[in-house]
Amino acid sequence: MSTAIDLVEVPLRQLNQVLHDAESGGFDVLNPRGAHAVACGITTDVTVEVAGSVGYYCAGMHQVGTVVVNGNSGPGLAENIMSGTVRTTGNASMSAAATGCGGLVVIEGDAGARCGISMKGVDIVVGGSIGHMGAFMAQAGNLVVLGDAGADLGDSIYEAVLYARGEVESLGTDCVEKEMRPEHLAAVEHLLEAADMAASPSDFRRYGSARQMYSFHVDDIDAELAEGPGGTR
Amino acid sequence: MTSDTWHQRESYSFDRNTIAEIRRAANTGIYRIRGWGAKRVLPTLDDLVFLGASMSRYPLEGYREACGTDVIIGEGRAERPVHLDIPVTIAGMSFGSLSAQAKEALGRGASSVGTSTTTGDGGMTEEERGHSTKLVYQYLPSRYGMNPDDLRRADAIEVVVGQGAKPGGGGMLLGQKITERVAEMRTLPEGIDQRSACRHPDWTGPDDLAIKIVELREIVDWRVPVYVKLGAARPYYDTALAVKAGADAVVVDGMQGGTAATQDVFIEHVGIPTLAAIPEAVRALRELGVHRDVKLIAAGGIRSGADVAKALALGADVVSIGTAALIAIGDNDPAYDDEYRALGSAAGFWEDYQDGTDPAGITTQDPELSSRLDPVIGGRRLANYLQVLTLEAQTLARACGKSHVLNLEPEDLAALTVEAAAMAGVPLAGTGWTPGTSG
Repeated sequence: MSTAIDLVEVPLRQLNQVLHDAESGGFDVLNPRGAHAVACGITTDVTVEVAGSVGYYCAGMHQVGTVVVNGNSGPGLAENIMSGTVRTTGNASMSAAATGCGGLVVIEGDAGARCGISMKGVDIVVGGSIGHMGAFMAQAGNLVVLGDAGADLGDSIYEAVLYARGEVESLGTDCVEKEMRPEHLAAVEHLLEAADMAASPSDFRRYGSARQMYSFHVDDIDAELAEGPGGTR
Repeated sequence: MTSDTWHQRESYSFDRNTIAEIRRAANTGIYRIRGWGAKRVLPTLDDLVFLGASMSRYPLEGYREACGTDVIIGEGRAERPVHLDIPVTIAGMSFGSLSAQAKEALGRGASSVGTSTTTGDGGMTEEERGHSTKLVYQYLPSRYGMNPDDLRRADAIEVVVGQGAKPGGGGMLLGQKITERVAEMRTLPEGIDQRSACRHPDWTGPDDLAIKIVELREIVDWRVPVYVKLGAARPYYDTALAVKAGADAVVVDGMQGGTAATQDVFIEHVGIPTLAAIPEAVRALRELGVHRDVKLIAAGGIRSGADVAKALALGADVVSIGTAALIAIGDNDPAYDDEYRALGSAAGFWEDYQDGTDPAGITTQDPELSSRLDPVIGGRRLANYLQVLTLEAQTLARACGKSHVLNLEPEDLAALTVEAAAMAGVPLAGTGWTPGTSG
């Protein structure tokens, strides 16, 4: 049985303190009305259901358990998530799952700009489309987009892996399309299953780093001349 | 024919350093990347003097009467405010840019005199947490190594908007310093030239920052203070916006502030000097009615107790040191002069923190070089140096008749140059003239 906490009656501070102090159990958050920082910093295996839309940083730095937003989510949903699961049944604004280090973030609708920016190991599954600069500087983890991706997908990407089923408006600097090998089909299948979404892995295309920006290009004319015919300048 | 330079005139515009840089650029095709801070001539706190006591001012007995040095940050908002015994802290410097031994030495030195150290762009290490009784955890655009468990282990959180050496620029750590441990902490491939983000990934302005600060406070259950660190660019407006966003302390880092690696053009040409930045930040705090409530931490080129006292007299509550702390634990040690010269530099000139070849074992990840730095001895040296800074600041405060260093005020100062008088808002020495305010 879940404990109901109504944000009309209870201040945000009290809600988060209850969630931080709980060792387990379920909680229903009522009347969120776009509140910020709802259910952020959870460290124990609780299940939180939010009845309505939330503002910034819902489930920020989430570490264990599950948070489900039955509505839309504002910027920075599940930012820096470490583990556990965060789901929003509607759309998510900019910077969803930014810098996430682990766990699973599911966005059933669309996600705004910079979805998965600087992601560091999180898995993100978006049922709809994502905005521009998705996975900017993405370091590790997987981003699966069932819809389209906006401009400059994967700009300056490191080792994260991006999958898109729909159209990609443009790829960012150093991001290239790569072959879908069997292990990638299996990875997409696993992520879709975890997100409880139906799609055929073979419909997706994979994108990742060309690794051309990993190091500065430094010329050395003097050394070249010193090593050339005659040995010295 | 001789090459006697007494008969030759070096160009002011194209001096040897300029010629060398043009030649280096032509050879490599890449901008100069280096460590340290601005090296060119700038208006500094040296351009100010204390007036001391006289007929109309009583001094305090230098060796007997008390002169307080403690500062509390975050009182009234955080459950556990930061209590500093001295008004000097250690600035954010990352493990990665510094060796683990250097981080430990900084922690040992600062802790033994009751002040704080700060993490950097790359997360918190056990070495620094274990040896720092007061540790400030930086929250940076890259979020490398960002971990809520570490956030909760911190004694304060510092949201980094900018840095004096490079306001508007992100961090940089070249491949030779991205060892297996550093790479793992930052979730990056080993050996790459790492260029950190310059913007935070999930907030874009002061209104967003206010919400971000609430989120950080919620995650740590409002236990610790939150600082906002700014590179000195527009300190009046930026300080006001940081206060509006809810900061307990504002760190303003002038252009003399150091870095482990960035473009030389950034270091020398972006931002404003510390002397110019402090009064502007204080003006914002006074106008908002929060001066001495929201603390001002001034940084950038602080070297001596005189610098400390002058920064406090201008209205700062605390100063922060980085380059000076590294020198105290052994950076640019003349004992390694031969090795510095073998690297194309010399003791006293070494600035190639980015290369990871530091003979003193401080700005390196090389195990052999790092092992040269004894963290216990380094910590003792830093503690001694911090003690001297404090004693010097107390000496000057007593001479001005102050029973606490925070009682120093602009009225205790005079300027030696018109520029310093205008920037500091104090009279030109020997006159009653303060440019811009008194006609």
